[in-house]
Amino acid sequence: MYPEDQERDEKVQPSPEPKKGLTRRSFLSRVGAAGVAATASPILAGAAISEIGRSEEETALAGTTAITLKVNGVEHHLQIEPRMSLLDCLREELSLTGTKKGCDHGQCGACTVHINGRRVNSCLTFAAMHEGDEITTIEGLGQPDMLHPLQAAFVEHDGLQCGYCTSGQIMSAAAMVREPWGKEDTDVQEAMAGNICRCGAYPNIVAAIQQVRGAGGRA
Amino acid sequence: MIDFQLLKPKSSTDAIAWSAKSPTAQQGALVRFVAGGTTLVDLMRLNVEQPARVIDINRLGMDRIEKRPDGTLRIGALVRNSDLAHHPEVVTHYTALSQALLSGASAQLRNMATTGGNLLQRTRCPYFRDLSFTGCNKRNPGSGCAAIAGHNRTNAILGGSEHCIATHPSDMAVAMMAFQAIIHVQGVKGVRDIAIGDFYELPGGTPNIENALQPGDLITYVTLPAPIAGANSTYLKLRDRASYEFALASAAVVLQIAAGHISQARVSLGGVGTRPWRSHEAENALHGKAANLANYQAAAEASLHDAKPQSENGFKVELAKRCIVRALTNATVSA
Repeated sequence: MYPEDQERDEKVQPSPEPKKGLTRRSFLSRVGAAGVAATASPILAGAAISEIGRSEEETALAGTTAITLKVNGVEHHLQIEPRMSLLDCLREELSLTGTKKGCDHGQCGACTVHINGRRVNSCLTFAAMHEGDEITTIEGLGQPDMLHPLQAAFVEHDGLQCGYCTSGQIMSAAAMVREPWGKEDTDVQEAMAGNICRCGAYPNIVAAIQQVRGAGGRA
Repeated sequence: MIDFQLLKPKSSTDAIAWSAKSPTAQQGALVRFVAGGTTLVDLMRLNVEQPARVIDINRLGMDRIEKRPDGTLRIGALVRNSDLAHHPEVVTHYTALSQALLSGASAQLRNMATTGGNLLQRTRCPYFRDLSFTGCNKRNPGSGCAAIAGHNRTNAILGGSEHCIATHPSDMAVAMMAFQAIIHVQGVKGVRDIAIGDFYELPGGTPNIENALQPGDLITYVTLPAPIAGANSTYLKLRDRASYEFALASAAVVLQIAAGHISQARVSLGGVGTRPWRSHEAENALHGKAANLANYQAAAEASLHDAKPQSENGFKVELAKRCIVRALTNATVSA
């Protein structure tokens, strides 16, 4: 075994379960992990991969790869598959489940996060492409005792019903207020078109965003 | 999504050498470049694209917009759609391009999608994107076309063949057609400059081959010729929703009017063609004519003269004509 393989294997060993109360989420996570462990096949490199030359082996990242991701100001050292989306990495590896998976095809906006201050769909990019980037999720935007102005405005204006799209809406809006859009409600509607709300809370979402934009204008 | 190897080249030379090992740069490529990922990752998740290796080109520069001394605008392949749309030079002198970009996708996707990647967007034909349908000559050559006998409301009425009627989905490329962009490609044998009018292939009998790219070819930048003095440009997009939807019909128009007559005209169409569709027929019909509604209607008729509607998209013929007339009118009003 090569030293790096040993190091990798050690890294992928599941860490001992922390002693804490059994929540619905941790229970489901554990059941899910057990299911995966029972059915997962060994890490495979496709036949086509091995047929291609080996000259670039030093930079090639077959199987799993070690990466460092900076999320909400904290660096995380991870061992992940290249095909893991940034969305799945945030949720499954870092337990930052505030970012939601809706369509997984860039059509609904529930997975919106900021990369280097710009809003993007985290489902349509691979986590391993983002070493060195500053990633911000809803968990990094505000805290329960110190809400981001948009979080407070969404509460005040009932900018949600079921709440599933809300973190994506707020992350999208938090970037949108820094972008060059017009002042009208129709401008907000167009700017927020990439965030779908199945409950139809749109008028309240627009009102919340306009309140924050207006405050920004007066400040 | 199948497993793959992610490569991070230190130079475009490395990226090109690695990508040249793929047997094709078209459908079925075993090596793909990834930039924004908004098309590729989506299609990989659907297993429509199954590259064994993916080369991350995001750290290779190519992300600047430069006004050149000769008046041309050089746009790096990795310039994001949102940055291009809001660049002052584009807003002022290539207005239709800014409008086209801002009419496409969502703000999040425009922050990711790049100039080079947008040129290479794949069709939204539902049969191409869904592996449960075997008949798609673009995805699986020789398997037939499920769209011709199936649901084809959004498919092409210009440039199709008995093998494929898939539209090219890009708005940006339609505007670039009207501005006669040059696509610069670096490959294993050196650098090539390809006029955008020569870049896209008609489907014919090989819908799987969509453009002029060969294994190893990397789009490095796009050049827009110097703006036509005194010309106006506009992009009009018609679709099922007011926002965040692909075009049923769109038109990019560049119009130079002198003393009430059209001295130069460029017209290209989106949503109706198997490639971003330059309408030389409309341009010829407009050249030297008075800038009035009757002549715009004649140009629209000429544009759609060879249209071949399918079972569900006959409405696109009239829609595209009205789109052209309205876009020309808008470009005249703003003159």
